[in-house]
Amino acid sequence: MATKNKSGLFRKEFMADALKESFVKLNPVTMIKNPVMFTVEIGTVIMLAVCLNILLTGKVSQGSLGYNLSIFVILLLTLLFANFAEALAEARGKAQAESLRKTRSETPAKRVLLVGDIKLNEIQVVSSSQLKKGDIFVCDAGDVIPADGEIIEGLATIDESAITGESAPVIREAGGDRSSVTGGTLVLSDHIKVKVTTQPGESFLDKMIALVEGASRQKTPNEIALTILLVGFTLTFLLVTVTLKPFADYAQTPITIAALVSLFVCLIPTTIGGLLSAIGIAGMDRALQANVITKSGRAVETAGDIDTLLLDKTGTITIGNRKATNFYPATGIDKKLFIEHCMLSSLADETPEGKSIVDLAGTSLNGSTSGKKELPQGSILIKFTAETRSSGVDLPDGRKIRKGAFDAIKRMALQSGNTFPLETENTVRDIAANGGTPLVVAENNMVMGVIELQDIIKPGIQERFQRLRKMGVKTVMVTGDNPLTAKYIAEKAGVDDFIAEATPEQKLSYIRKEQTGGKLVAMMGDGTNDAPALAQADVGVAMNSGTQAAKEAGNMVDLDNDPTKLIEIVEIGKQLLITRGTLTTFSIANDVAKYFAIVPALFMGSIPALQALNIMHLTSPQSAILAAVIFNAIIIPFLIPLALRGVEYKPIGASALLRRNLLVYGLGGVIVPFIGIKIIDVVITLLGMA
Amino acid sequence: MINELAGVVVIFAVIILTGYILGKYIAKVYAGEKSLLDFMSPLENVFYRLSGIDPIREMTLKQNLFALLSINLVWFLLGMLVLMTQAWLPLNPDGIPNMSPHLAFNTTISFIVNCNLQHYYGESGVSYFSQLFVLTFFQFVSAATGMAAFAILINGLRDRTTSDLGNFWNFFIKSITRILLPICVVLAIVFVINGMPATYEGKETIHTLEGATLPVYRGPVAAMLPIKHLGTNGGGYFGANSAHPLENPNYFTNSVELIAQMIIPVALVFALGFYLKRRKLSWMIFGVMTVGFLALAIPTMIAETQGNPAIAGMGIDQSHGNMEGKEVRFGPVISGFWSIATTVISTGSVNGMQDSLTPLSGLNALLAMMINAFYGGVGVGFENFFIYLIIAVFISGLMVGRTPEMLGKKIDAREVKIAMIVALLSPFLILVGTAMTAWFAANNAALVGYGGKESWLYNPGFHGFSDILYEFTSSNANNGSGFESLGDNTPWWNITTGFVLILGRYIPLIGPVVIGGLMARKKFIPESSGTLRIDTVTFGVMIMAVAVVITALSFFPALALGPLAEYFSM
Repeated sequence: MATKNKSGLFRKEFMADALKESFVKLNPVTMIKNPVMFTVEIGTVIMLAVCLNILLTGKVSQGSLGYNLSIFVILLLTLLFANFAEALAEARGKAQAESLRKTRSETPAKRVLLVGDIKLNEIQVVSSSQLKKGDIFVCDAGDVIPADGEIIEGLATIDESAITGESAPVIREAGGDRSSVTGGTLVLSDHIKVKVTTQPGESFLDKMIALVEGASRQKTPNEIALTILLVGFTLTFLLVTVTLKPFADYAQTPITIAALVSLFVCLIPTTIGGLLSAIGIAGMDRALQANVITKSGRAVETAGDIDTLLLDKTGTITIGNRKATNFYPATGIDKKLFIEHCMLSSLADETPEGKSIVDLAGTSLNGSTSGKKELPQGSILIKFTAETRSSGVDLPDGRKIRKGAFDAIKRMALQSGNTFPLETENTVRDIAANGGTPLVVAENNMVMGVIELQDIIKPGIQERFQRLRKMGVKTVMVTGDNPLTAKYIAEKAGVDDFIAEATPEQKLSYIRKEQTGGKLVAMMGDGTNDAPALAQADVGVAMNSGTQAAKEAGNMVDLDNDPTKLIEIVEIGKQLLITRGTLTTFSIANDVAKYFAIVPALFMGSIPALQALNIMHLTSPQSAILAAVIFNAIIIPFLIPLALRGVEYKPIGASALLRRNLLVYGLGGVIVPFIGIKIIDVVITLLGMA
Repeated sequence: MINELAGVVVIFAVIILTGYILGKYIAKVYAGEKSLLDFMSPLENVFYRLSGIDPIREMTLKQNLFALLSINLVWFLLGMLVLMTQAWLPLNPDGIPNMSPHLAFNTTISFIVNCNLQHYYGESGVSYFSQLFVLTFFQFVSAATGMAAFAILINGLRDRTTSDLGNFWNFFIKSITRILLPICVVLAIVFVINGMPATYEGKETIHTLEGATLPVYRGPVAAMLPIKHLGTNGGGYFGANSAHPLENPNYFTNSVELIAQMIIPVALVFALGFYLKRRKLSWMIFGVMTVGFLALAIPTMIAETQGNPAIAGMGIDQSHGNMEGKEVRFGPVISGFWSIATTVISTGSVNGMQDSLTPLSGLNALLAMMINAFYGGVGVGFENFFIYLIIAVFISGLMVGRTPEMLGKKIDAREVKIAMIVALLSPFLILVGTAMTAWFAANNAALVGYGGKESWLYNPGFHGFSDILYEFTSSNANNGSGFESLGDNTPWWNITTGFVLILGRYIPLIGPVVIGGLMARKKFIPESSGTLRIDTVTFGVMIMAVAVVITALSFFPALALGPLAEYFSM
């Protein structure tokens, strides 16, 4: 649903909206939130007054009307460009959020009246917008779920493609970690009773839209710090400009208001000042593009600082499921017989592991996966339970085939007076040491052999961990596996640390331990029992499929339920900070050239010696000043794409990255305006504007 | 020429070498480790017992700042009192009169803030009593105050989380008894041997060959001179400062005075590394400071050696360099070196006339004081550098995609705010002071001159503007040197520069200490491979860029109208 269309940066519908907004944002009440640009607005008003004065009195001591008017227009454009950048970022974010919100247009809701007019649990059809937190509604196959909620009764298959873009239906059921449903998704089968968990207008999506629209957008701590820095520079340049007047008096040089205002506007960091809020919004936009809803702009920033990343093994590091890779019959057991038993034990096993055993057994016996056997009539299926930690089948001929964890089967065998063969025990240990999961198969409590299940590590994951390591992020694998298996997979995948036999408490204590050491920790989770850890982590990403508790506890929600998303989020956070830093550097570095344009222009008339500082050989004082303010204005729209897309992050180490960005944006920031101002000056001169 | 140059190289090498050794020692003193002069502790204990101070008690940021400021205020009041009543006090053989209140205000402030801007002449303006018990005393305590503030700051930068920042009194007393006093005793002996006066007798009168009588002023000169340089004070005993033959008799004393004024600022940079166990960081800071210093000093030495084209134009031989306002016993190379050494360091003592420097040398001296962090004054030099460091860390932290952090502590809005206030202060004080004075000079000169006199600005044009700019820059940097062609003993100058002195001292002194205190309280984050290391060449370039760009952007128009306009018109 959320389009990953990056070329749509300047889509037409955004442009129209943004253009209109650029004018609306000229309102001083909103302008004052951006102190740097607010001072430009004051300068613009002063220039307007100067123009009016010339118009009314006809005095040209401040320069010609045309010259003053052009300065006024350029300053106004500077403001509009800055507003446009912000409006464009907002428009994009809004469009993305809107497309998500469309999914939750008015739908009928079958609300359950706990105490109805006639009887209890009467059903009343209302509009989805009338549902309040705590209300209960029911949904049948074919219904669109009217609001975010939690299933309190039943199980259903649900098509969540409206939100995630993933077409495969998912199962949601009451209790457990997959009880959460999202408004706008479609129930495909069965009947569920759902409790509404959010007030209308307070869902994550609503919060996100509000963040992007600016109504509730608050500056992040880092933005505040940067604003202070920029205000500091602005004040410095205000001083420089104001004191220049008495300096000029001393040097007996008249300086026009236009020149002073231009000098001031050129020196203050308008480039970063104008783009700052656009950069912040664009960060959230990019998160949204990655199908992640952030609850605050701060969370995105924090993501860039993450030191430690907790990743679930399953789904992130390994392809969701383990696969059977080998059969090891016990001594004296025929291999073919053993494989047949393995197949029998798994035929009714619907888990991916079970299916993989059947597939492998079929291949080993007949050379193809098609050699499936049917279970004989009258077989009794034994489901896996947490107590027995085994499953299997009771055949009509009385044979009881079980497969399960090593210790479970061993206990069974020993209890019925059988021994557990030593070689088999060794095989079990070997498999575990090599990162596999051993499943022991027994017939009538006699051990027959071991099936080896192996985790398949996702292709390309090692490179991603390497990239993270270069960023300075420590990766930690979280798994329910035993320490031996965990260690093997951790090494193979290239993670830095692992938590084996992980319980939610262990995750929480690991996070706390890292945080005590001053580290920032990110994790992803879905279950209710993950909620404390999600809340404790500095960046907690809850999966959309997870429980409401998990979603409340985290500060981001991933609509795709994709555990590798954390890696993307870290990069988005870093990009955000880098974009701010580089554009600040660029903005300040620009001032060098602007000085060399304006200062000689101010004094060339009365102090000919200062012509030596006019190293760009600009035509006249007026053309020099115009060229500088024009450059200052048009650099903003030139940088909008960069601000919205973000400066690319390269994991090459902090010092190397600093060196690179210092060269590109620092040195580049010094050189570019020299060229730009010179070109503009040449054009102005050719056009005869000054 | 080769000899002159060799002299500079040798002196600079001695400064670095002794600075390094002294730095190691200073780190031990502040860390309370065993060191060479532990036998001074009985003397220290006398002071502690007399004043009821517990030197081991850990003090918070607030307690430390309160101690620092309150003792400074007490000294200030005492100093004012003595200077305004010196005529009636002992040790006044030459019958020096009391100081006017505005001059006493300016002088007291100027010495207590380690600036030593002098709007009086030592020979005729102050008694021996005032020289010793106000001026020399202040030269010790102001230096020790700066060093104690430095010690508190680096204590806050250690890799731990605490609100205890050590004890101001302990750092202060030890700075005097273990560092300043012992070195001064040695230097004083060297100076006396080389012919510097040390007497309580009044002036002597000699008869010249022409038959005229000439008063030769003297006094306890050798007592004051060591701390004048060692504490980067610069307030001379005589009006002519270290150009006076009795204050700087020969090339050797000239070298010793040069070394003395630079060793503690250099040593403190190394002390930082030994104290924090981050020696590489020290080398980075030292590298940046040295590059900055040499970038100013070398062009100055060249410009002074090449002479003044305007004077050459008058048909006067300039082959020995620009000798206007210089002592023949020193020559242009070492004098050029000194003029930058004394301005990067906040000493402000001179062995020649700063006003007679060629325009580009004058520009370099101004830049040195505007940046005020290439070595800088005792203690405060690093503190000023620290402000650039914070701003550089903040910007470059963003550029590598991490919330900025330094030495394991995050840099947030509060630290940036304080750093920006301190960084903004210099342009504010210098530009506003210069602007007001320039406006008066252009529009109503009589209002500013003493008794309505219009002729207080002795040089017209660009150089006159440089004179004004230099005076405020020197006051703000707590430097104390002057271009001097100003009638500056007037209420306007005494009071305006007095306030610039106070603000220019205490805000940059307190700001970094507060940042250090805030950082100390934060959680310590161990370095990871994503952390931006600040002890690298790359980061050194970044700090240099920040310092130069902030300074250049703030002062470019002012410098263009002063030294640059003068240079291009020559």
